[in-house]
Amino acid sequence: MSSRVGEELVVISVIGADKPGIVAGITAVLAKHNVNIVDIAQTVVRGIFSMIMVVDLSTGSISLSKLREELSIRGRELGVEVSVNHIDVFRALQRV
Amino acid sequence: MPRIFSPEEISEVLEMLLFQDLDIRSVTLSLNLQDCTSGIKNEILSCIEGKVGRYSRKLIEAVDNVAEKYGVKIVTKRIAVTPVSIIVEPLARKSFEEACAIAVDIARSLDRIATLNHIDYIGGYAAFVHKGFTQGDKIVIETLPKALAATQTVAAMVNVASTATGINVDAVIDVSRKIIEIAHSTPKGIGCARFTVMANAPEDNPFMPGAYHGLGEPEAVVNVAVSGPGAIEAAINRLGEKVDMRTLHDVVKRTAFKITRLGELIGREVAKELEIPFGIVDLSLAPSPKIGDSVARILEAMGLEYAGAPGSIAALYILTDAVKKGGTMATSSIGGLSGAFIPVSEDWGMSRAAEVGAINIDRLEAMMMVCNTGIDMVAIPGDVPAETIAAIILDVMAAAIMLDKTLGVRLIPVPGARAGDRVDFGGLLGSTIVMDVPRFSCKKFIERRGLIPPSVKRLDKG
Repeated sequence: MSSRVGEELVVISVIGADKPGIVAGITAVLAKHNVNIVDIAQTVVRGIFSMIMVVDLSTGSISLSKLREELSIRGRELGVEVSVNHIDVFRALQRV
Repeated sequence: MPRIFSPEEISEVLEMLLFQDLDIRSVTLSLNLQDCTSGIKNEILSCIEGKVGRYSRKLIEAVDNVAEKYGVKIVTKRIAVTPVSIIVEPLARKSFEEACAIAVDIARSLDRIATLNHIDYIGGYAAFVHKGFTQGDKIVIETLPKALAATQTVAAMVNVASTATGINVDAVIDVSRKIIEIAHSTPKGIGCARFTVMANAPEDNPFMPGAYHGLGEPEAVVNVAVSGPGAIEAAINRLGEKVDMRTLHDVVKRTAFKITRLGELIGREVAKELEIPFGIVDLSLAPSPKIGDSVARILEAMGLEYAGAPGSIAALYILTDAVKKGGTMATSSIGGLSGAFIPVSEDWGMSRAAEVGAINIDRLEAMMMVCNTGIDMVAIPGDVPAETIAAIILDVMAAAIMLDKTLGVRLIPVPGARAGDRVDFGGLLGSTIVMDVPRFSCKKFIERRGLIPPSVKRLDKG
């Protein structure tokens, strides 16, 4: 739960109707900006695709708001909903 | 390596943010304006415009940055200032009419800065008269209708009662007449939505219209109001009907903890950006006219057909108590009202409950024993006499001082409207039906005037 010094962790969630190319489409944006994936979980339940990633922005060359913007555009192209939140929100709500 | 968060933990937070309207209702910057006190109009106005303008711009930038960084919606940005009654005090040396004209100019000036900088509300057109009036207080009360009619963002409050001093009935009569004047000065009486009459008004309240910068506060401080009744409703619905009361209470408490933590995180970050101290989180769950953002719906999720049904006081007690206990664990910076809000027009479920007759003035008066709303955002017929409004206010004030708590009254006498008519105030103010008010006379009682002494609770403080 504790993060390493210099890490800037962000949670990306992707949800929508399953089809080929969603993981590739989203991760291509991350790779382009050298953003490292720290953790990834992905499921498909009754045709609904769901993916949660924890990524580290400190290795990359993009700000959180710019990444949100790019991923939202890519999400629209893929027909999925993408949300991007700083990990501190999850720390605040889920840890005492 | 173990997961940082399980997918379930992440999904829960995202559901709250994306589908259950968990957001920050308001970041309220509380700002001292005592340094703008002067007997010269232009000195006051230039001081206010300079200082409030400067802080407004910084507030907007800081709030936008924090909302962007965390991906959390911050619905409104507000400013609370030193009670205007204090700022205008030196003007009392002028004629009363001249002083009143300047007070309205101050309201206009605050409104101009707020509008220019996209500040949603600016609170502090306020006076404290729970034991008596100064000239500054009289100026503020006299000018309430003009100040509210001339502005869109200015919020006003008059504190007419306190546990320590009792109730100033003269002040209650004055503000009741002003409520009717405000109603006739603004379309549909909507100006009354920006005016509340209070007992024990807290110095660090982030909610409008009761917010002002208290005398015990530092130069500038950030206070936060959370929302998120939808998250509590969803948590109760997930439980189903078979769980017992203690489990129900526990789930509300756990969810309230999470909601409050979000408020604390955002408040601290905004304060850091502004380089001013973080003040408090108000634990109250602010509802809105959206169906999934309603405190009344929480009571209904607990098992009541409508809010206001028999059992509503117990249900509201469970909610308020659990929110306080969960919130206490979530932050050590508790303040404001920190209870539960059930404003009628502003809460989808309350408005519907009023429509079917489950909520009326009597039920609101009963429910205020276990929350801190009093009678809030209630539309009443335009022909209700001032003494009846005064008597309703007196009842709420008496409960507040006997229970040693904060309560307020925000009544909207809608000109020309009758009981049962529907009225739409728009936006966060919502819509509601005009509620019937008992017509039995209370005139002789009210006309006794004077002060109602404080209760024996006052003696506990000695």
